[in-house]
Amino acid sequence: MLLIRCPYCEEERPELEFRNAGEAHIARSPNIAGESDDDFEKFFFIRSNPKGIIYERWRHMHGCARFFNAVRDTVSDRFLMTYKAGEPKPAKLPGAAK
Amino acid sequence: MSATFRIAGAGRLKQAKIAGFSFDGRPYTGIEGDTLASALLANGVHLVGRSFKYHRPRGFLSAGAEEPNALVEIKRDAARKTPNVRATVQELYDGLTAQSQNRWPSLAFDIGAVSSIASPMLSAGFYYKTFMWPKAAWKNLYEPKIRAAAGLGVAPDQPDPDHYSARFAHCEVLVLGGGAAGIAAALAAAETGVRVILADEQAEFGGSLRFESGAKIEGQDGFSWAQSALAKLSAMDNVRVLPRTTAFGYYAQNFVGLVERVSDHLQSPGRDLPRERQWQVRAKRVVLATGAIERHMVFADNDRPGVMLASAARTYLNHYGVAVGRNIGVYTANDSAYAAAIDLKKAGINVAAIVDLRDNPTGPAIDEARALGIEVNFGRAVIRAGGKLRVSSMTVQPKNGGGERTIPVDAILMSAGWTPSVHLFSQSRGKVAFNDETKRFVPGIYAQDCVSVGACNGTDGLSATIDEAYAAGAKDAGSKPAKGTKPKVDASESWSRGMLGAAPGAGADATVKAFVDFQNDVTAKDIRQAVHEGMRSIEHVKRFTTNGMATDQGKTSNMHGLAIAAETLGKPIPQVGLTTFRAPYTPVTFGSIVGLARGPLFDPTRKTAIHPWAERQGAMFEDVGQWKRAWYFPKPGEDIHAAVDRECVTVRKTAGLFDASTLGKIEVVGPDAAKFMELLYTNPWEKLEPGRCRYGIMLREDGFIYDDGVVGRLAADRFHVTTTTGGAPRVMNHMEDYLQTEFPHLNVWLTSITEQWAVIAVQGPKSRDIIAPLVEGIDMSDEALPHMSVREGRICGVPTRLFRMSFSGERGFEVNVPADYGEAVWEALWAEGQKHGACAYGTESMHVLRAEKGYIIVGQDTDGTVTPNDAGLDWAVGKKKADFVGIRGMARPDLVAKGRKQLVGLKTRDPKVVLEEGAQIVADPKQAIPMKMIGHVTSSYWSQNCGRSIALGLVAGGRDRMGETLYVPMPNGVIEVEVTGMVFFDEKGERLNG
Repeated sequence: MLLIRCPYCEEERPELEFRNAGEAHIARSPNIAGESDDDFEKFFFIRSNPKGIIYERWRHMHGCARFFNAVRDTVSDRFLMTYKAGEPKPAKLPGAAK
Repeated sequence: MSATFRIAGAGRLKQAKIAGFSFDGRPYTGIEGDTLASALLANGVHLVGRSFKYHRPRGFLSAGAEEPNALVEIKRDAARKTPNVRATVQELYDGLTAQSQNRWPSLAFDIGAVSSIASPMLSAGFYYKTFMWPKAAWKNLYEPKIRAAAGLGVAPDQPDPDHYSARFAHCEVLVLGGGAAGIAAALAAAETGVRVILADEQAEFGGSLRFESGAKIEGQDGFSWAQSALAKLSAMDNVRVLPRTTAFGYYAQNFVGLVERVSDHLQSPGRDLPRERQWQVRAKRVVLATGAIERHMVFADNDRPGVMLASAARTYLNHYGVAVGRNIGVYTANDSAYAAAIDLKKAGINVAAIVDLRDNPTGPAIDEARALGIEVNFGRAVIRAGGKLRVSSMTVQPKNGGGERTIPVDAILMSAGWTPSVHLFSQSRGKVAFNDETKRFVPGIYAQDCVSVGACNGTDGLSATIDEAYAAGAKDAGSKPAKGTKPKVDASESWSRGMLGAAPGAGADATVKAFVDFQNDVTAKDIRQAVHEGMRSIEHVKRFTTNGMATDQGKTSNMHGLAIAAETLGKPIPQVGLTTFRAPYTPVTFGSIVGLARGPLFDPTRKTAIHPWAERQGAMFEDVGQWKRAWYFPKPGEDIHAAVDRECVTVRKTAGLFDASTLGKIEVVGPDAAKFMELLYTNPWEKLEPGRCRYGIMLREDGFIYDDGVVGRLAADRFHVTTTTGGAPRVMNHMEDYLQTEFPHLNVWLTSITEQWAVIAVQGPKSRDIIAPLVEGIDMSDEALPHMSVREGRICGVPTRLFRMSFSGERGFEVNVPADYGEAVWEALWAEGQKHGACAYGTESMHVLRAEKGYIIVGQDTDGTVTPNDAGLDWAVGKKKADFVGIRGMARPDLVAKGRKQLVGLKTRDPKVVLEEGAQIVADPKQAIPMKMIGHVTSSYWSQNCGRSIALGLVAGGRDRMGETLYVPMPNGVIEVEVTGMVFFDEKGERLNG
């Protein structure tokens, strides 16, 4: 069971309190109705599914109930950092897995 | 029978407490502190099981958790039967009843042993080769027969009456393994003041100090030091000591699963004690002190009862005071077996000979053995063990060939060396490294904050072990420096490395059985054969031969198997690689995994405020998610059909009361509430007047229907949203997701109010007459309170949100009251209803009534691939809206294409025939199978109000097929149906105001 730091509660809590909510930083177009099929496909269906660093959304379901973003290494399952929803993708990541 | 192999003056058990027990129906006696294994050995019993595949007679190989052979069933009563218990870890209690497994009719004479004679057919990979044809025979003949003949114990056939508990724990230092290393590490960590947990799988701490007679620490013999150190640790507030506790799994971020066997060793465990307790421990740092496991020698018939690990024989002697024989042979490739021979000889047991595969070993152990007059042979191999139900001799030959000599013995002690227990380290995703000099895999690269100490780290010698462990325990553990002193080692034993793989006695010829893996009956020949048949990867060799795949997970066999494969492949061992270590370390009971989550605690049960009333009325209930919902209310003599027919007719004739409390309810509040609703639902909301309601459809971004429900606007900034019963949590999550991440600029609050309001639906022509007398402050006239409106007021003196709405097509109301008043208001409405001949109805009638009107149920008539247009709900999509969730998805080419499945009504030609929900629909019943299916039935009922069956279904191009005849092929014949509109009753909707 993973330990996840909620950026709103500012503490590490067990994975049981959280739900994964898919990849992060996929913005919904303000003019979604006018989007082309290709653009909608990219927005709705295409995900990076990386081996390595993934930016993803989590919800502190059984805590503060806030959605937030996390950077996780899909190989080691290690969380590198978490940050609040709406904040930009971090430019620099803290030191990779030791 | 007296325990004739108990040696006076040997061992640590107090003779005072005698325990009677039985094995296969025969009574024996043992001593308190015995394991079942030591007690049986004390009585001269070696034969305890039959092997998995060949049904070969088997005895004890070990004295610990690595035991592959001695699996027995422990029976307390009819329900408390535990199969596959390792007799070497089962502690004895007075009255213990054990039985051998996998034999028929008896352990000594087992019919299944013919598979041993037929064994050329049963070699590696035999399942894949032999039982392939004919195909049907696998299911009907081969598998049942093989399962009956092979296999381990029999699972109990009654529910487990024991209870199991579970605990979470946190500590700075978790020490796994309570031998010299673990105790030293725990002492060092504990003295710094941090929280320490020390766990060991044995009843008594000490690890190899239990048998190492040569160890002296702090002026005491090793085992006594361990006990006094443990007493010191147990007395410290910051230390938790867990005996009989196995760390079975090492997971991410130092999360370790432990199982504590709380009462398996007790004669009559009280009902207040759990049988086992699962610990989920989160540790800042883990100290692995898991020791090493001795390997056997691989030679012909090395599985005969009486052939065992040298350290096991030593444990039986030095701890339990039991000699495993009277005339003992020793076969070894390292020094540690000498100590066993020396201890036994000193205890008065004859040691017939030591056979050492090495050419010219030297050392104090060898000198001492010689000094005691034990015959020592170098450069020789045991090529065969004699005897069947018990070993009777060992045949010795120079290892490069030559004359054979057969020595009569009644036990053979083996040691091929020691394998560091890197299981937990490997589970932690650490990478092992092969030490070419010592031929051992030891911890290499660490993946988590843990450290290995002692034998599991490849550290030899007690002094070095304690140095390493004490330093590891003290490191960074706490703020206080360790105030104690490192335990001083006064004397210790030292072992050399030994060998891997098959000894010369493993034989190249096909008739020799030299076992590598005892539990799965894998021989040296099987491993060689796997390589010859093309297996190159050790993972393939493992699966083809099943080496290491039994419940012991190859604790004694993996390294031998790997070495034989490497030799056959002509590659060095590290290039062949090690198979993956997986949890659990030793088998874990389902009970301890399930813990408290069984019976009523398996899943929460949700009951409405009105549930007790329905129970008193004799309602039948159905599960809807976690809710218990009243299904129907049978009167005496009524079955479900009679009850539902009566309820449906009564609702349309007079009225019915229905408990709708389980509907999900969410309050959407704030200045931007209407804007938010516009974005989350397909419908327009801005212009909905306060006091009015609207049926809303929620889509996912892909354009498919996600949920639906009636929404009441209580005020300009306040919406009372209802959702489906099952959809409530996911709708709330969906709304929160968009509010928090996509539309955070909207000033809106969402609150789940499902459990705050009890909801009583009153439906039927008399509904207003029933409600009106109890209501204050609401004008109930059609002009003031038209269909699809909501008012706040009071009913029976308590606050209400009174909706005028209908899910039956009749004039209808839904009375929301605070849940605490739900039952009282229901009782009052019921009393009023009785005056008008109203009934209570359940979910089944609710379903029929709504189907009569063609109202859909999301999740029954839709399945996550249905658009509003498919469901005939285009009218509920705001055509002028610029944005809502799903607006773009709905416009995808496939979702607007012709020929999509559309929801339609279906009427059977024979009105008495009720279709089966889920039945497939075809256009031409005479076509060849497989037929082209053009849709399926989603809802189907007998409608007493219509006097016929009614159904809804999704049919390709359905709305263009009105009046067409389609067909539903069923096992008993084809049913003709006509495609119709979805409304079967009161097509004009006049009864809403009736």
